Amino acid sequence: MTEAIIVEEVHKRFGDVHALAGVSLSIPEQTVFALLGPNGAGKTTLVNVLTTLLFPDAGHASVLGLDVVNDRQHLRNVIGLAGQYAAVDQYLTGRENLIMVGELYHLGRATARKRADELLVRFSLVDAADRPAKTYSGGMRHRLDLAASLVGNPKVLFLDEPTTGLDPRTRLDMWNLIRELVREGTTLMLTTQYLEEADELADQIAVIDEGRIIAEGTADALKSQIGKDVLELRIEDNGRLSDAAAVLRSVSSEELQTEPETGRLFLPVTNGASTVIDVVRRLDSAAIDLAELSLRRPSLDDVFLSLTGRRAQEHANGQTGHPADQPQPAARSETA
Amino acid sequence: MTTVLKTEASPPRPGTDLAGRLQRFSWNFTDTFVVARRNLIRYVRLPQLLVFSTIQPIMFVLLFAYVFGGAITVPGNIDYINYLIPGIMIQTVLFGASQTTVGLAEDLSQGMIDRFRSLPMARSAVLAGRTLADSIRNVFVVLLMVGVGYLIGFSFQNGLPAAIAAILIVVAFGHAFSWISAFLGLITKDPEAAQVAGFVWIFPLVFASSAFVPVETMPDWLQAFAEVQPISRTINAARYLTLGDAAPGASMTDVWLTLVWMAGIMAVFVPLSIWQYRRST
Ligand SMILES: Nc1ncnc2c1ncn2[C@@H]1O[C@H](COP(=O)(O)OP(=O)(O)OP(=O)(O)O)[C@@H](O)[C@H]1O
Ligand SMILES: [Mg+2]
Repeated sequence: MTEAIIVEEVHKRFGDVHALAGVSLSIPEQTVFALLGPNGAGKTTLVNVLTTLLFPDAGHASVLGLDVVNDRQHLRNVIGLAGQYAAVDQYLTGRENLIMVGELYHLGRATARKRADELLVRFSLVDAADRPAKTYSGGMRHRLDLAASLVGNPKVLFLDEPTTGLDPRTRLDMWNLIRELVREGTTLMLTTQYLEEADELADQIAVIDEGRIIAEGTADALKSQIGKDVLELRIEDNGRLSDAAAVLRSVSSEELQTEPETGRLFLPVTNGASTVIDVVRRLDSAAIDLAELSLRRPSLDDVFLSLTGRRAQEHANGQTGHPADQPQPAARSETA
Repeated sequence: MTTVLKTEASPPRPGTDLAGRLQRFSWNFTDTFVVARRNLIRYVRLPQLLVFSTIQPIMFVLLFAYVFGGAITVPGNIDYINYLIPGIMIQTVLFGASQTTVGLAEDLSQGMIDRFRSLPMARSAVLAGRTLADSIRNVFVVLLMVGVGYLIGFSFQNGLPAAIAAILIVVAFGHAFSWISAFLGLITKDPEAAQVAGFVWIFPLVFASSAFVPVETMPDWLQAFAEVQPISRTINAARYLTLGDAAPGASMTDVWLTLVWMAGIMAVFVPLSIWQYRRST
């Protein structure tokens, strides 16, 4: 398999901040790569270097064999970028936004129009196509932004936090759109703060922290390296907690935790699904009634705790980055 | 969902031969027009922008013509309104230039500039498209000021060609200044700060000039400044073209000097702004 993106020892400083402190990566063509990290980790900086918005201070990076510094003009023809904030013109309609981008890719007005029409259909924006983007919901604006990044038929697509700030349903829609693009053979690099998202979408994941890659691998490899899923149970009758604990111990030798006041039990598990079935069967035959049962994925916080010994949150507090739920500048400026 | 992306839309990649280089060169213009059209659409969709940017200068016309005008004597045998309107035209385009600062800072803070910079478009086009759009708006606003002036007694005294030249020199000077404004917008980055940054430096330049009163009435130190600064030059040039030899203290030399100032400002701020555009994030 050929490499779509190669990053070698890239450094980038902003004053005292070492935003990228020697990052190396290689991403095969037609795969999905997720860059996972907390606020201020350096995700956007790396995307900006790869999309020619920033020059690296040291090191090399190339996309499809085109150097991000020396071949940047050619490189811009073959990549698409949807930045961290949906960058669409508020006063243009959805259609006008897409046509403008097409014209700036020099597709010619006629082709740019056709392309815009197709993308509007594809991203379910036909009804809103001729309304100013100002009137769009956050999800629609994200879709329009994604559509704009596809106008030039990019071979490599960069999505910087494509779902941050979206509600759960809209996030699912976004995931489906992204999956479909990938099926058509686009190489995708996305950044995210959610392990779950990286897990859902990516073939390979790299965890970035303070400008360094601190872990890399497939989602599964990473998860087994960083921590297990947690099976969480609550039983109806607190009095039978010790019975339930005995049942769970017979299923797994992992360290079990109990919370007698609430009747909860927590069990780390490696192959969640089959363990759940096993546990439910055994509790049933022991006549212990279940009130709740859930299988929890390790979160970015768990990943961080196990990789660095500190929580992602503590880390982010010292940074000037944007919290995930902060209103986006695009939305804020509507009053201007 | 069905896949409907059929259009083969691969961006062209001209070579390094002459045809390729010509093609690339022509994109400097076509991309500029695309961006200018985008910026002009804002004035159509948001008519308030145009209304507010025209009400303010109209109020200045009325304020100076009727409130201060009685107390201001201008040398020579001309009506104050004829003295005033060329000054107002310059004031209008310069205050308009502050919109360039705000507009670019907005584009930066909203990620539009990042999007543009990731596209294979001409590097000059985002800035040139912005200053072009603002100059087109200025043509409209200047004509409106002339119209308002005519309603209250103003008239060009020097023939039609000179009148057209007066309007052209005003708009061209505004265009040169909007490159300074563009540079300020790129270094300010924040739209709210840009509101102030776009304006504070223009304000003293406009008022410490020959726009509203003859500079001879100012204290010596201020007069020295008002005489050399480019805005007085341009106002005198516009006044000369408007009124001919009757224009107090103005001559054809002012027209030539204005052209020199414009060329100088462009020679410094066009490359400086494009350089800042390339490096800013
Ligand atoms: N233009 C800049 N000037 C100064 N510092 C910067 C600049 N851009 C980024 N930084 C700093 O570099 C570090 C990495 O920032 P970056 O935006 O890459 O983080 P991120 O992982 O994208 O974070 P987030 O999740 O908040 O978007 C941060 O400490 C940030 O404050
Ligand atoms: Mg970021």
